[in-house]
Amino acid sequence: MPEETIKSFNVGYLQVLDDEGHADKDLMPELSPGQIKELYELMVLIRAFDDKAFKLQRQGRLGTYLQVKGQEASEVGAAYALKKGDWIFPSGRDVGVLITRGHPMHMLLQYRGGDERGMKAPEGLDNFPITIPVSTHIPICTGAAWASKMRREDVVHMAFFGDGATSRADFHEGLNFAGIFKVPAVFVCENNGYAISLPRARQTAAETLAQKAFAYGFEGIQVDGNDIFAVYSAASRAVAKARKGDGPTLIECVTYRIEGHSTSDDDSRYRTKQEVEEWRKKDPVDRLEKYMKKNKILTDEYKQSVTQKTRDMVEKAVEDYEKVPPPEAADFFANTYAQPTEQLKEQMKEL
Amino acid sequence: MARLNVVQAINLALRQEMRKDKRLIVLGEDVGKSGGVFRATDGLQEEFGEDRVVDTPLSEVGIVGTSIGLAVNGMRPVAEIQFSGFLYSAYDQITTHAARIRTRSRGRFTCPIVIRSPYGGGVRALELHCESQEAILAHTPGIKVVIPSRPYDAKGLLISAIRDPDPVVFLEPMRVYRAIKEEVPEEEYTVPLGKADVIKKGTDLTVISWGAMMKYTREALEKADYNAEIIDVRTISPLDSETIINSVKKTGRCLIVHEAPRTCGFGAEIIAQINEKAFLHLEAPVERVTGFDVPFPMYKLENYYLPDERRILKGVEKVMKF
Ligand SMILES: Cc1ncc(C[n+]2csc(CCOP(=O)(O)OP(=O)(O)O)c2C)c(N)n1
Repeated sequence: MPEETIKSFNVGYLQVLDDEGHADKDLMPELSPGQIKELYELMVLIRAFDDKAFKLQRQGRLGTYLQVKGQEASEVGAAYALKKGDWIFPSGRDVGVLITRGHPMHMLLQYRGGDERGMKAPEGLDNFPITIPVSTHIPICTGAAWASKMRREDVVHMAFFGDGATSRADFHEGLNFAGIFKVPAVFVCENNGYAISLPRARQTAAETLAQKAFAYGFEGIQVDGNDIFAVYSAASRAVAKARKGDGPTLIECVTYRIEGHSTSDDDSRYRTKQEVEEWRKKDPVDRLEKYMKKNKILTDEYKQSVTQKTRDMVEKAVEDYEKVPPPEAADFFANTYAQPTEQLKEQMKEL
Repeated sequence: MARLNVVQAINLALRQEMRKDKRLIVLGEDVGKSGGVFRATDGLQEEFGEDRVVDTPLSEVGIVGTSIGLAVNGMRPVAEIQFSGFLYSAYDQITTHAARIRTRSRGRFTCPIVIRSPYGGGVRALELHCESQEAILAHTPGIKVVIPSRPYDAKGLLISAIRDPDPVVFLEPMRVYRAIKEEVPEEEYTVPLGKADVIKKGTDLTVISWGAMMKYTREALEKADYNAEIIDVRTISPLDSETIINSVKKTGRCLIVHEAPRTCGFGAEIIAQINEKAFLHLEAPVERVTGFDVPFPMYKLENYYLPDERRILKGVEKVMKF
């Protein structure tokens, strides 16, 4: 009996917008000029927030902060494909996702300022809190999506994580369940080249991260993560598929972390300036700007007004953040259980 | 002799043991090229190469699981878990394999690994970068749990842990990583596992602590009106009961300070042993000043959570005035 191939897989790669801002018309997702402006404004806002947060940390007004610079297209493009009522499961870097999803910026600062109250999603927003242990939220996303499926709700669940996360069991177990129970979930892997100092090649010997989905019985696709249209296009397709009941998708966004891992990281230990400069040329915001200019959606005045508006919004957020009264110790006693235990009541007296 | 901090002392211990023992390898996330997020393994890859100082994928189960495999097949791995809050997933490997291989194979296979991990709060860190899990680990027969509180012990205890024939979890108090500097001999020495250190003799009461709390407890006691005998436990498991019991028999009063939550904290075990072995010598119930039974709070509230001078001195008063 001859040996034969019984199964093979193709991993797709999607890019719509090139470095010069030319969009491929056939691949361009349906987006009105108004929507494109909205995407642009979100990306500019996130960048302004990110720069400000970094400065605040340096001035001692904020704790450890993980910059998202360079990944705005991945974060906005994916989260923008969701409707209100859908869920997100962000990881530590994903302020861009949270801002896109309406989490108040002053609360994000509050959270990074060491005050957990800042992570409480406002009523009506199904934003699961940031998960610090890498990849552990992935099976939770699967479970939450499963609940929506059991109740036949029209709700999609989207988890965000980095390339490093794909090395942990939680990722594999979460995707495996998602495939078997065909849940309405979208897994967005922001492959930004590094997990702290470790290059993506140290996470897997496989050529892509997207291909891991095939092992769990569903599709994975790789996209240019600095191309807002490619990310949005892949994400909206995946979201539509999930809504139809056709199960999960893994999207690998190939992007780059322009700054160090966090405000306490020294990236000169493990990568060259030239490498970073090469990626700066692929900047997602610049690329969208070029497109908008070419297509007469962006004028100098508009650009200026967006810069000003987003800066003001961020300044206002800082003001609001610094006005929040500090939390009281009673806060942690009150939030451990629905009802404080006898032990906690007793311990509270020691404060 | 050089004055080193805890991180430097750990680095020195690793370097010297690696020079002596070719079986020793260091592995973990970011330990190689970047030298560890706290620089504990700084310069080791330059000296010993990528095969012995290995940057692993982001996988705690992988790091601990493969370390166990390396160890049962003749290597001496020192694994780093970047923060002890990420030890939880690897706890499966620790408890189901590392702790049991000797038992399961009747000594035919053994597991001489060291798992190093920064632990504890007080450094304005993110969520889950502040955990104190010594009691959970000590509740696992088959592994040893070691916690240095200062540079000299960090070096001597780590060398003992590396040479120990059984698995050791070595928790490093992050809060005092750089807060204490002292003379650390370049020459080889060890500090034995399973031996507590009476860091100050005293007669009025026995005060027991470990890890970062040692420094703060000591400082608080300088302001107390009593002559305390202070014990640094150093090895949580196996516990040096003898040193503790002898001291409590002498003073008749005891205070335990730890930053882990109170319920089932390791203080509870120490109290149980005192009850078993020194009950009739007690002049007051043993007191505990500990963290609270809540998840470790984010940093705006951590100073309320961590035992501080006020709470420690109140604990002293309570024991003394009983
Ligand atoms: C389980 C776990 N191990 C280690 C860490 C420490 N840590 C924080 S972020 C990080 C790298 C994460 O890399 P990746 O998943 O690629 O996401 P990125 O930071 O690049 O966004 C590490 C090792 C952690 N938070 N959780």
